[in-house]
Amino acid sequence: MINYASREMNCKIVYYGPGLGGKTTNLEHVYGKVKPETRGKLISLATETERTLFFDFLPVDLGTIRGFKTRFHLYTVPGQVYYNASRKLILKNVDGIVFVGDSQAERMEANLESMQNLYDNMSEYGYDLTQMPFVIQYNKRDLPNAAPIEDLQAALNPGWEVEDATKHRVQPDPYHAGQNLVEQVSGGEWVEKAPYFEAIAVNGDGVFDTLKAVSKLVLKALA
Amino acid sequence: MTAGTANWSFTQDDFTSITDSLKRFLGETKSRCAMLVDRSGQLVTTVGDAPGLDTTTFASLTAADYSANDQLAKLVGETDFSSLYHQGEKESIYVADIARRLLLVTIFDSRTTVGLVRLRMKDEVEELTLLIDRVFSRGRDGAAPTGHLLEGADDEIDKLFNW
Repeated sequence: MINYASREMNCKIVYYGPGLGGKTTNLEHVYGKVKPETRGKLISLATETERTLFFDFLPVDLGTIRGFKTRFHLYTVPGQVYYNASRKLILKNVDGIVFVGDSQAERMEANLESMQNLYDNMSEYGYDLTQMPFVIQYNKRDLPNAAPIEDLQAALNPGWEVEDATKHRVQPDPYHAGQNLVEQVSGGEWVEKAPYFEAIAVNGDGVFDTLKAVSKLVLKALA
Repeated sequence: MTAGTANWSFTQDDFTSITDSLKRFLGETKSRCAMLVDRSGQLVTTVGDAPGLDTTTFASLTAADYSANDQLAKLVGETDFSSLYHQGEKESIYVADIARRLLLVTIFDSRTTVGLVRLRMKDEVEELTLLIDRVFSRGRDGAAPTGHLLEGADDEIDKLFNW
């Protein structure tokens, strides 16, 4: 939403993913690291055991572009399968999505279920996830049972076919040398993948890289 | 911009019309504060007196509250609950839907009554619906200036992220 009167741009970013994957931890790290004058309160609607019940919310001011104050509203959703009704509400009018996957091999099923649920909920609103700012974060990379990135990518970020012929050109992945975000696969079709990041959110590793990437995509989508 | 998401903007003229209307409503109802919030939780504007109120958080929670109640309405077979009333000991809140896009939130105290707020709210909702429809119909025609604001601003965007 762009407010020409108050010269503000407001964008909504939602952190999605399976329960206990680290979505709230991402927001807590951002809250702890950005200057107090550039962020609002971190609001958590959580259960007594600190599981997200409805959402967490953190407004962050990024600075000024073209004289417009840019403010990002960061939300998390409750990861537990049970809370789909409230999860879907948070997606309303979203501008960018971060999928926080849990790298642990035994959480693969939960990751897949959550990714499918994201696609389903988005399409129920008429949103096309492949056409909007979307990044994936593989969290908990420090754990001994973390699955290899290649396995996570194959399962959660296999890519989608690029139908628009004008976009049929190789687009290198700016975050991983030697990899591409858009490329032609052996079958001949062109495939695009979402940018991905490795993270250890409890230490803050990868948290800002993820946020920067999705925020940039959101702003560039407006440009 | 992106497929399906809310992309809208309003001009100084829209803003002036909306705030004038809200100020009039505030005066008529003797409420403390009126806010216009979009359904995604972003504050559009606020008029009146709200000292110490964290309006950003307030807007976000209001939208979530309203959305949750919207779903509750559907569960009991209603299309929606067109308004919400939260009664406090000193301060109370009345929330009404505007054109399924925005929420009008009024904070009032014992200087007025919920009856008066509710009575005036109906006319205010109609007036704001007309104004907001104008904003959105212009957006759909592609005449809103949104698209060009950030054109060529890649460098500026990149600089924002030198954290």
